[in-house]
Amino acid sequence: MFKALADASRRSLLDRLHRRNGQTLNELCTGLDMTRQAVTKHLAILEHANLIAVQRQGREKLHFINPVPINDIAERWIGKFQRSHLRALSALKKSLEEDDHE
Amino acid sequence: MSDAATSTFVYVTYIRTSAEKLWAALTQPEFTRQYWFGMHMASRWQAGAEWKLCFADGRVADIGEVLEIDPPRRLVLRWQNEFRPEVKAEGPAHCVFDLEPSGDVVKLTITHSSGTPNSKLISAVSGGWPKVLSNLKSLLETGTPFATEKF
Repeated sequence: MFKALADASRRSLLDRLHRRNGQTLNELCTGLDMTRQAVTKHLAILEHANLIAVQRQGREKLHFINPVPINDIAERWIGKFQRSHLRALSALKKSLEEDDHE
Repeated sequence: MSDAATSTFVYVTYIRTSAEKLWAALTQPEFTRQYWFGMHMASRWQAGAEWKLCFADGRVADIGEVLEIDPPRRLVLRWQNEFRPEVKAEGPAHCVFDLEPSGDVVKLTITHSSGTPNSKLISAVSGGWPKVLSNLKSLLETGTPFATEKF
């Protein structure tokens, strides 16, 4: 899983699915600076790592982000700490960093 | 892109157990309570039977019907929210559980989908399923869930 996440192109494919879940290969290729073959290869690696799930719908294959393995990791190392505190910290970081850009 | 895709989430986890044990963990209340933050599903588990998801205190969270049941392989539920008026108004969703054994693990796929684009129900359950499934995996593989209280 960490190897699958170590690649920026694969993370950007996950970002695209996070924004809009259930996309076809064609949709995922649109506007990307990658060949169709490269996208196919990255998707296979993500599927192997269980970070995406592929479902057939009629003639199309739809790709869905699968958050369960990432949640397993979160539960393993941060689950016992107060999640609300961590959330407050990330909100604080986000708002402070946004201020910097103004 | 179909509208269905906008309101579908798919969750996949691989659990080192047997399909029979996983099926029991999904359908038996005394088991479910241990990893589902005190919640449990109640049904006679026959096609056409009523189905309910209840909070620890007995209040009903969601209701529906068993649409398809093939133990220990497949379960399809009609899933309708009961306790949040704006979500209830949206109408029912479908939730499919597929169990596929392979070697010493079982692949569990949960597909939760609604005909309503940008469904509030689907986004409400999307935060819950990963936590429930991580807990279920931990319980079946180690005997203890990660967490017993909802964050």
